[in-house]
Amino acid sequence: MHMNRREFLQLLAVAAASGMVLDSKSALAGKAPANFYEVPRHGNVSFLHFTDCHAQLLPVWFREPNVNLGVGSAVGKAPHLVGHHLLKQFGIKPGSAEAHAFTYLDFTEAARVYGKVGGFAHLKTLVDKLRAQRPGALLLDGGDTWQGSATSLWTNAQDMVDACIALGVNVMTPHWESTFGAERVMEIVNGDFKKANIDFVAQNVVTNDFGDQVFKPYVMKEMNGVKVAVIGQAFPYTPIANPRYMVPDWSFGIRDDSMQKWVDEARANGAKVVIVLSHNGMDVDLKMAGRVTGIDAIFGGHTHDGVPQPVKVRNAKGITLVTNAGSNGKFLGVMDFDVRGGKVQSYKYRLLPVFSNLLPANPAMDAYIKKVRAPYADKLNEKLAVTDDFLYRRGNFNGTWDQLLVDALMDVKGADAAFSPGFRWGTTLLPGDAITMERLMDQTAITYPQTTLTEMSGETIKTIMEDVADNLFNPDPYYQQGGDMVRVGGIEYTIDPTKKIGQRIGNMMLNGKPVNADKTYTVAGWAPVGEGVQGEPVWDVVAAYLRDRKVIKGLKLNEPRIIGVGKANPGIAGYKGGLS
Amino acid sequence: MNALRRNVLKGATGVGAVAVAVAAGLLKPTQAMAAWNKSAFEAKNVSDAMKGLGATSPADSKEISIKAPDIAENGAVVPVEITSSLPGTTSIAIIAEKNGTPLVGNFNLSGGTQGFISTRIKMGQTSLVRAVVNAGGKSYMAAKEVKVTIGGCGG
Repeated sequence: MHMNRREFLQLLAVAAASGMVLDSKSALAGKAPANFYEVPRHGNVSFLHFTDCHAQLLPVWFREPNVNLGVGSAVGKAPHLVGHHLLKQFGIKPGSAEAHAFTYLDFTEAARVYGKVGGFAHLKTLVDKLRAQRPGALLLDGGDTWQGSATSLWTNAQDMVDACIALGVNVMTPHWESTFGAERVMEIVNGDFKKANIDFVAQNVVTNDFGDQVFKPYVMKEMNGVKVAVIGQAFPYTPIANPRYMVPDWSFGIRDDSMQKWVDEARANGAKVVIVLSHNGMDVDLKMAGRVTGIDAIFGGHTHDGVPQPVKVRNAKGITLVTNAGSNGKFLGVMDFDVRGGKVQSYKYRLLPVFSNLLPANPAMDAYIKKVRAPYADKLNEKLAVTDDFLYRRGNFNGTWDQLLVDALMDVKGADAAFSPGFRWGTTLLPGDAITMERLMDQTAITYPQTTLTEMSGETIKTIMEDVADNLFNPDPYYQQGGDMVRVGGIEYTIDPTKKIGQRIGNMMLNGKPVNADKTYTVAGWAPVGEGVQGEPVWDVVAAYLRDRKVIKGLKLNEPRIIGVGKANPGIAGYKGGLS
Repeated sequence: MNALRRNVLKGATGVGAVAVAVAAGLLKPTQAMAAWNKSAFEAKNVSDAMKGLGATSPADSKEISIKAPDIAENGAVVPVEITSSLPGTTSIAIIAEKNGTPLVGNFNLSGGTQGFISTRIKMGQTSLVRAVVNAGGKSYMAAKEVKVTIGGCGG
């Protein structure tokens, strides 16, 4: 690594000013090596994979979780490793650029040293660089690409559709895309994407009535004389986790029997490499890899797990590699296969963090992003407040951003308690950052943003919390929906993830008094999945609160006391809510 | 996708019709119209429903497969397919354990018919869905959990 004395001193000053504990080793690690993006090609068949960028066209901050608990057979295994446990498992040096990318450790200090991540102009530079060394490489988009920002919502996903075409996406599978409605999805798939030759694949989406395929289940391509198949797997629980009425005629589900059928068909048609582009979530992918045979690799998303190396899953006929490529444009997966004698002989995988300071912006993409944002500049840049607190969302139980949302909902609506969905998208803000309308939209930009105020009995509140907890902690991954626990404002509680539905949540307290099963409470919420719900959009409610407060500081994070997972569980670290 | 086929069926059955995808001829008319098994269908719990079916302690069988979603997309119409490879299958019953009246249906199959039914059932809450098969004068059983959830809150 090259660094002159002046740069080194500057780095020390920055790091010291931000309170980082420095020894000479971690200070030297303050810059990524110059050859960080030199990834020599291996073999003859290559795939580039990004997923869950959530419509972030520009570089952002994104903090990985300090709570990502596994249950059942997933305890203590990737992706349920956080902080130092993850670094140790994958041999990543603490304090390095990669350690910053893959963990929450020293986030605010390290973020100031390493800069923002992602951004399509920077991603484009990286994609082009890797493609230049890998003729024929396919760029796969794992979905959750069209939703998550103000501009994608306001342009009805068009900004992302055009950005993905310019980026050079070849194949895509959906999840949040469906929340723009079935008609809009079909318009893009049969219009923009068809013209640009982008294949939209999903083997597990069929019509409700006859079970006909809605999209192509898979696509065959040829790369350097090798036939490869990419099978799509949409998020299986789209009509449950998101509004059913937006895709009324489509049925989803995991459907590993039909997955097996398409794998076998692709093999029979000459595919030597079979890939699944999946939005199952990593635990579901790991289970599926053990049940379906003949898949070389599953490139996964949905659960936003940045997993540095694939997990090898043995099944009846061989081994399937399972990856998960994080979120928010932070990573690009690079999988090289050496295919000879009609099969995969070996592989090399890297999950490259996209550090925007290390990758110059591609000028054409940069110009496109500027152009598409220009009409909305005033709205996006409206400064609502400044945060003295560190604002993040990701984590199994709560994040400071969500605390801010539920605080705002309870305050503005005059509610006893509030629920906010356990979404895993949403960017991070460092202490001292401005909360602009754009950053608020990063947390809230959905097509069903209505806020609600509902009278609920204590029993109903508990039932909802138990239901969501089971979607997260059911020991069978096929019953998991891949979101985090509903964020709860006002009510303190304990949770034992190892118990069964109905027995996980306990000790519910509101203002120091036990929540009474028969008593009625007013509960504010947002993002109703039912049709026809009226209510002010959540961003308006929270924006009003922020304009009024001007400065956000001293947020009190309501995190449950966790029981039953053990203090040494590698899926949790630095947790302040209590752990046993 | 066959739009004509869809429209024809929509026209023929109307909204809300139960789509029983059993090909014509699988159900023996005399049996289908046979006396209503009141005690089984009106039973309020699983053991009474089993008793009504004359299947008090059926053996678990791997020859019966149940295809149903792990999580129902809509509890009002949960697609369920049951295949019995047991030789001499003469009836297949579906029980949704936590329904108020658990016995959802009992399909009598004529001799030599493939042991396969496909239908949609209504479920009020998460529960085991049981298939009770009569084959060669004996009862067999298999079960699969179908979860009915409130929804929302997905990643």
